[in-house]
Amino acid sequence: MLDSGMKKDLQKLALKIRIGAVEEFKARGFGHVGGSLSVADVLAVLYGAVMKVDPKDPKMEGRDKLVCSKGHAGPAVYAALAIKGFFPYEDIKTLNQPGTDFPSHCDRNKTPGVDMTTGSLGQGTSLAVGMAMGDKIKGRDSRTFLIVGDGEIDEGQVWEAAMFTAGKKVNNLVWLIDNNKKQLDGYTEDILDTGDLRAKFEAFGFDAVRIDGSDLDQLYDALTKQAGEKPIAVILDTVKGKGVKEVEETMSNHSMTMPEETYDQWLAELNSELDALG
Amino acid sequence: MKIVYNGEKDRAFKDVLGATIPHLAQVDPDVVYLDADLMGCIGTAKWAKEEPVRAINCGIAEANMVGIAAGMSAVGLKPIVHTFGPFASRRCYDQIFLSGGYAKNSVTVIGTDPGVCAAFNGGTHMPFEDMALYRALPGAYVFDITDAAMLEDVLTQCKDIHGVKYIRVGRKNNKKIYEDGSKFEIGKGIVTREDGSDAVIIACGIMVAKAMEAAEILAAEGVKVTVIDMFTVKPLDEELVLKYAKSTGAVVTAENHNKIGGLYSAVADVLSLKLPTPIEYVAIEDEFGEVGPQDYLEERFRLTAEHIVEKVRAAIARK
Repeated sequence: MLDSGMKKDLQKLALKIRIGAVEEFKARGFGHVGGSLSVADVLAVLYGAVMKVDPKDPKMEGRDKLVCSKGHAGPAVYAALAIKGFFPYEDIKTLNQPGTDFPSHCDRNKTPGVDMTTGSLGQGTSLAVGMAMGDKIKGRDSRTFLIVGDGEIDEGQVWEAAMFTAGKKVNNLVWLIDNNKKQLDGYTEDILDTGDLRAKFEAFGFDAVRIDGSDLDQLYDALTKQAGEKPIAVILDTVKGKGVKEVEETMSNHSMTMPEETYDQWLAELNSELDALG
Repeated sequence: MKIVYNGEKDRAFKDVLGATIPHLAQVDPDVVYLDADLMGCIGTAKWAKEEPVRAINCGIAEANMVGIAAGMSAVGLKPIVHTFGPFASRRCYDQIFLSGGYAKNSVTVIGTDPGVCAAFNGGTHMPFEDMALYRALPGAYVFDITDAAMLEDVLTQCKDIHGVKYIRVGRKNNKKIYEDGSKFEIGKGIVTREDGSDAVIIACGIMVAKAMEAAEILAAEGVKVTVIDMFTVKPLDEELVLKYAKSTGAVVTAENHNKIGGLYSAVADVLSLKLPTPIEYVAIEDEFGEVGPQDYLEERFRLTAEHIVEKVRAAIARK
């Protein structure tokens, strides 16, 4: 359970992650806005209160790991890592510039603190399974957190990895499904209906729960729960573009190109929310 | 390096894999072995029951297996994965390409039953393109294994080499070329017969013994050829290719693979750029595989000593 001070800190962190991501998009003029904003809250709880990481030693032995298999949410991950102090905040504004260490999709060989290279959807799932299982083999007390998009789960590899996770009891891996209801071409239920995600993961052998993916209390409880023999899967009910009204209300918000003044307006809204928290 | 070729069969590759993989896991606690429900085919199943933590049967899910192996590499392990050649290349290509190579993870991939060695499993299981795919993966190593001694040594070296390594090897026995216990320098071709300046045959895998046989047939006719075992198809030993292309002026390649993208392509790439030389090939003529005994398939796809002899004559005629 979050106390009120911690909750306020995480609220601020989530806002700062959104601000950071929008500043990255503003600097480049375009980017994967919707899916970056929808994971800001879960990233805030992971990096603000749950994960065992050290910004001064990004490859620390025994650290917890994040695999953002929906690699296009990189801008939100970069913002979280910058705020944590993994690298100077200004660096993230080089998003997608020539020679940058902050590419559109996460790259473990470029960005300090990024634990795995992702972007070809589905592939982060098996990678995360291997990292978690490998940590067990190495005798480390580490957890790996895996963020998968709800569009991404169209990929068959996701289900191979899910079957393996439960079948081999890889219970130091936590699956987080960003159920933001949209993919590039529209609503997931129109393109390829995911059905009841909680029931699906439960049927695969997970301890599966469905929570409000923007509710910091629910997130904290789900992410700090100790797994039993069954691995944990958390279905996060989220909104694509969460936290910026105009993005939430835009149907096609997977990748957006906006004029500078629009980004400034979004930033003004987010900053005023941050100020209101004191 | 002692060449002991006399036309006799070597130990079965299956037995070598079944002994070497457990041995590597025994001597190195970071070695993990993953298979896609084909442990029984390479003699590792019994050991895997005794080593349930580091011998992992992933089930029939090759893409997932390769991704898991790459993830294990990222946390400090040394994964060796095995499945049949087509599934170790085509079926998991995007995963080995991105989760493996692009992400700079290290995975040793063993693809068994290359080309016609797939015999009775037929066209669905017969990779003539696996080397082409792995050659196109930046930085990858590609090995076409010649005999048991080579398999033991190359597999042992691979566990400690950074990057993606693809080992294509049969399960039955090839003809023995090298003395047991031989050490092989990765990236360096081996002159297995040095016999004059009429032509050079550059071969790999099952075609090395056939090249040796072809050289004997030609020698009886007074044609003197040198044979090179180019077991490391990538990175190619360009220096050796150029040396013998220069000294012989006629090159023939021989491989159990499509002529597109394999040894012929690699050698022709080097020669066309640095030393244009008459070159002929023995390889699959851009066809799919089919079912049958291996000796039938070798005839069907013209992977024979006699065909190499014809190609050597053709190359010499073009000098």
